[in-house]
Amino acid sequence: MSRGPELKLSTKSRVVPVTMALAGTIALAACGASNESGNAGAGGGNSSAPQLSGSLNGAGSTAQTAAMQGWSAGFSAVQPKVTVNYDAVGSGAGRTQFLAGGVAFAGSDSPLSDDEVTQAKTRCGTDGVFELPNYISAIAVVYNLPGVDKLSLKPDTIAKIFAGSIKKWNDPAIAADNSGAKLPDTAIAPVHRSDKSGTTKNFTDYLSKAAPSAWTKASADTWPFTSGEAANGTSGVVNAVKNGTGTIGYADESQAKGLGIADIGVGSTFVAPSPAAAAKVVESSQVMPGRGKYDFAYTINRTTTSADEYPIVLVSYHIGCVQNKDKTTADILKSFEGYVISPDGQQAAAKAAGSAPITDAVRAKSQTAVDAITAGA
Amino acid sequence: MTSTTPSTGSTSRAPVRRLGDRLFAGTSRGAGILIVLILAGVAGFLIVQAAPAFTAPRADVPGGHGVVAYIAPLLFGTALAAVLALLIATPLAVGVALFITQFAPRRLAQGLGYLVDLLAAIPSIVYGFWGIAWLAPRLTPFYAWLADHLGFIPLFAGPASVTGKTMFTVGLVLGVMILPIVSAISREVFLQVPSLHREAALALGATRWEMIRMAVLPYGRSGIIGGAMLGLGRALGETLAVAIVLSASGGIVTFNLISPDNPSTIASNIALQFPESTGIGVNTLVASGLALFVLTLAVNVLARAIVNRRSQFSGAN
Repeated sequence: MSRGPELKLSTKSRVVPVTMALAGTIALAACGASNESGNAGAGGGNSSAPQLSGSLNGAGSTAQTAAMQGWSAGFSAVQPKVTVNYDAVGSGAGRTQFLAGGVAFAGSDSPLSDDEVTQAKTRCGTDGVFELPNYISAIAVVYNLPGVDKLSLKPDTIAKIFAGSIKKWNDPAIAADNSGAKLPDTAIAPVHRSDKSGTTKNFTDYLSKAAPSAWTKASADTWPFTSGEAANGTSGVVNAVKNGTGTIGYADESQAKGLGIADIGVGSTFVAPSPAAAAKVVESSQVMPGRGKYDFAYTINRTTTSADEYPIVLVSYHIGCVQNKDKTTADILKSFEGYVISPDGQQAAAKAAGSAPITDAVRAKSQTAVDAITAGA
Repeated sequence: MTSTTPSTGSTSRAPVRRLGDRLFAGTSRGAGILIVLILAGVAGFLIVQAAPAFTAPRADVPGGHGVVAYIAPLLFGTALAAVLALLIATPLAVGVALFITQFAPRRLAQGLGYLVDLLAAIPSIVYGFWGIAWLAPRLTPFYAWLADHLGFIPLFAGPASVTGKTMFTVGLVLGVMILPIVSAISREVFLQVPSLHREAALALGATRWEMIRMAVLPYGRSGIIGGAMLGLGRALGETLAVAIVLSASGGIVTFNLISPDNPSTIASNIALQFPESTGIGVNTLVASGLALFVLTLAVNVLARAIVNRRSQFSGAN
């Protein structure tokens, strides 16, 4: 339930230049050097990396809140005079604000709809928008079942559990996925999100594509059934799963500590959620065709059969104009997005939010979009 | 008498009005008008923003069956939670107020009064956390027992929730939240029972309970009802505590209090759905807010009417 306050990291960005200046004058070589390398790595596209000043406003996804804190802090080392404000109002509200021209970029758990892409043309001009998959996070299927430490589930089984047609833990379908395991005769209590969320949208998208026969509903950010336990936010789901017995839910992998985490059936094997496997599945996914040149909206490859890919991932985008009216905004946006997709930036998010750093192949595509950000028109 | 005749003649002229009088009259009149304007503004905003939800195709509204089908279960859930809270809180609050005013030694009474008032100062989100982290897990065995032994009563039909995030838990949390409001008002009214009434009852040989039944409760009835209605108003509008505690997936109407499938309440549903909503979704949420606005207004008007009607012939007059 993070109707997060605005992230104003201006205090931090004021501290950093002082420490940098100190580092310079007292010639603390090591410290200075590390700052330099941070600069060079983050500069990415604009190799000259001129010092900018001003502020950049974004709004949107609450899932990105923690990552955005990491990015804002890290970026203030690259551009000390720039303040990045991010208002975690939710993906839908963020996209609306961006399309209305209120903010320079939106954070969104789903790419723009076709309708919104058209609207974006009037907001951004003919070059349209860029959409960059900057925040990737594995969604773990978590459970609490005393005596069962390891659980493997095929997509069909997961779909049936969450749709309510498998009601007991010792159901033959679960037993078939876990040969040799001792499963108790406990009732299953599936827990889902009670709030609208990108996590639900990605989870139901996975179920509808990987288990189309067992899951007949379309992907939606509101849970499509009226039955089952509901809890507010990732923390609410984790809590409900922890407090109940025989519970199973879905939650951001970084928040799932202390709970049982199921391995998911991929092809003929079972894969545990991990940052590397989550980033890998985005790499193997298709960019949605027929959109702008720099519009990297992915159709996630939910039906992957590769054993090093984990298909239940949440991808949250940064959406902005390729052509910006204001020169300062364009420069700052370009520099900021360059930092975010850089290895440094992705590491900062992984540290702050437990997200999965994007792979080099995804970065190479995103970099073309960052390089294209200009002012004018 | 003779000296007053000329003075009444002088007051029949316009009374003396100093600058302060005019300022005071002006600002208080302005404040009164402002309240009406704000209320009208909120109502106008709700109506304008909600209108698209009523004219939109039914399939476009969240849930896919039109705005009435979307709001009806929410309205039901809101009323159910609030009435449940009221049923739990009112007897308890009256008991607390009676103990403080009639039974407790004066020093203890004062301290207890402060403590109960303190309950009102706790933010609702704290009640929410208390409900979900402490209360709900402790109630799950109780729910399982209810479902096993009293499952033939529709209220406890089950299957019992394993997390305790049920309508019953919500009722308990809301009950604790409105307890201080109901008890504070009841207490004030009980304190105003004329000593003569009480002493007369006791002098006629009434026991303490009979004195309370014959003198205190009839005198304080309007206060109890008024306090309960104020509490109901708070319970209807409570947002965060319900959003945290209740396991609600929307779209169902059920009196089953202990299962994981519950109707949501309007305020908590808005809090949960609004951040990720766009377009018609937002309009629909505003429309549900309008329904809550009307319901709360009706409850308050009713409370006023009851309190006013009762005060005419209650007590000392």
